Amino acid sequence: MTALLPVSVMLPLLGAGLTLVARRAAGVQRVISVLALAVQLVTECAMLIGIDASGPIVMHLGGWAAPVGIALVADRFAAILMVVSTVVTLGVLVYAISQETAGHPGWFGRGSSAPAFHPAMLIMATGVSNAFVAGDLFNLFVSFEILLTASYVLLTVGGTAERMRAGTSYLVVSLLSSLIFLAAIALVYSATGTVNLADLAGRLADLPRGLVSVLQALLLVAFGIKAAVWPMSAWLPDSYPNAPAPVTAVFAGLLTKVGIYAIIRVQTLLFGGQGFVTLLMWAALATMLVGILGAVAQGDIKRMLSFTLVSHIGYLLFGVAIGGHAGLAATVYYVVHHILVQTALFLAAGLIEQLAGTTSVSRLGGLATRAPLLAVLFFIPAMNLGGVPPLSGFLGKIGLFQAGLAAGGALPAVVVAAGTVTSLLTLYAIVRIWGRAFWRPAPQDGDAEEAPDAAPGAGGDGDTAPAANGDAMPAAVPAVGGDGIAAATPRRAAGGGPAPAPVASRVRLPGGMLAATAAVVLVGVALTAAAGPLYGLAGRAADDLGHPARYVTAVLGQP
Amino acid sequence: MTGDAFLAGVIGVLFAAGVYLMVSRNLIRVLLGFLLVGHGTNLLLLAAGTWGAAPIVGESGGPAGEADPLPQAFVLTSIVITLAVCCFLLAMVFRSYQLTRRAELQTDPEDVLVEAGPGGAE
Repeated sequence: MTALLPVSVMLPLLGAGLTLVARRAAGVQRVISVLALAVQLVTECAMLIGIDASGPIVMHLGGWAAPVGIALVADRFAAILMVVSTVVTLGVLVYAISQETAGHPGWFGRGSSAPAFHPAMLIMATGVSNAFVAGDLFNLFVSFEILLTASYVLLTVGGTAERMRAGTSYLVVSLLSSLIFLAAIALVYSATGTVNLADLAGRLADLPRGLVSVLQALLLVAFGIKAAVWPMSAWLPDSYPNAPAPVTAVFAGLLTKVGIYAIIRVQTLLFGGQGFVTLLMWAALATMLVGILGAVAQGDIKRMLSFTLVSHIGYLLFGVAIGGHAGLAATVYYVVHHILVQTALFLAAGLIEQLAGTTSVSRLGGLATRAPLLAVLFFIPAMNLGGVPPLSGFLGKIGLFQAGLAAGGALPAVVVAAGTVTSLLTLYAIVRIWGRAFWRPAPQDGDAEEAPDAAPGAGGDGDTAPAANGDAMPAAVPAVGGDGIAAATPRRAAGGGPAPAPVASRVRLPGGMLAATAAVVLVGVALTAAAGPLYGLAGRAADDLGHPARYVTAVLGQP
Repeated sequence: MTGDAFLAGVIGVLFAAGVYLMVSRNLIRVLLGFLLVGHGTNLLLLAAGTWGAAPIVGESGGPAGEADPLPQAFVLTSIVITLAVCCFLLAMVFRSYQLTRRAELQTDPEDVLVEAGPGGAE
């Protein structure tokens, strides 16, 4: 069982190396990356079952015992997140491969392919897995760097002007958070002489309270930036929507949740759920409300989804702040729900882009008749996100609200009220978008159907993106709508001339993209169907989190 | 002790100057700022360990007088990461200069649309 632990980290890394070697053979790259993630998923499922049966597993790398060497540790919480993150990554990878083979010129900017995509994706999977099993702070920092460096590449794939602009701000914000984290590690080490999480859990208790508060504040700020907690969340809706759809989907699912994982881990293990609880509550409240008010104002589906992503980080933070068994169990369940539902929504948004060539609601319409299946695939996770019973979003929120009210006090009650408002506003924002994009008649019939004269430079390619002032310049509409149409009629568009696309044709979406989206949506629905056992598992994971002694004993041996 | 105070002062100045540069819109300044803060952090990591002789078994007079090797391993890792990210940032700065002929970061066009109100956004 212990031997599986490094395998789940090594496999994607090995796959990344192999895909780099095979950079000229796109087919080989695809086979390698799907295989690597599929095998990783199997090992992680085996690990989850084993850990759930017999407690945390630990591997001391190189045979050096814990406080000296580097330890990899997986408890129930880490194992759950590893399984879910690999499910999501695998789904997104299949989606991306299908989109790649279907021919989507705007996807990579000017080039027709991006050999860096598969290695970067696998390296990101490595970083995410490594972050979940990191047993010491410095290893956690290295994992963050692994996944961030891969994410820089993924976010700027194609190198268009718009992606460069968005990528730069993302890069600078990430760098800043990494440096804060590193400075925190330096201070933690000089205060305690160790960076091993299990060792720290004991030693921090002996330090003066003021010093502990400083260390905790630094760590929370560093992770808060990564998790997009208000007021450190502005970078997210700016950078995510500009990436290719599969990249946005996997980022939305995983990256912020790694930050949340780190917050939960240090809050429960190192600081025993104490300190900054009130501040976390306020941050949760502000994250929810500011995020969702931003979402309501957006006219673009991907941007709207990015704002809801920020907003729902607030629920997770609220769960961490409540702490205790009930709060943590609900948080664990909600993290899983949130990873799946956000990824599904961004994948569906990518399908809309593939179909209509834009995600701006002002230029969308009538999609329900053109792609009824897509309407369903968008609707289910949308309702799930909004917290409509009986879906998992509802169950997670109910769990959080119950825990919040049980904790007592005025502030948790206020946050619960804000959470309810946020939930309703989410429903409003998302139903408004859904209604406009799918149900109202297509705007200016046929207008969006005209193929642009220079398809390869349009759409997802940021060069023409600033021309998005649709009302003032109707001529800009087909230009932005370009790459979806180009996908629909690749031969004509590639010819370069203005090619009239067949009006109101039923564009066939690539089967692989639909299947991958449907799979992620269905796993999200399965969270509801299997809510009983899953909540039980989440409860046991929360129990582990609530008893840091188990983690410490597993790593350091019997005291 | 004076060494520590001096080091603390240097780290403080590096952080202050670096953060000042990083809040600029000019990407070259941001890059320089990042390097300064990065060096400040590396010094902070170094300062976290104890000073002393080279920690090689048999060459120094026992663990008491030896330097702590762990922060030095941290710093090496951190320097490598800083270098890699710095290269990437330079490449991005160059690419965006190629595209826009400007060294400043541009405003998000979608933000401008939302700010313009429903007429612009819808």
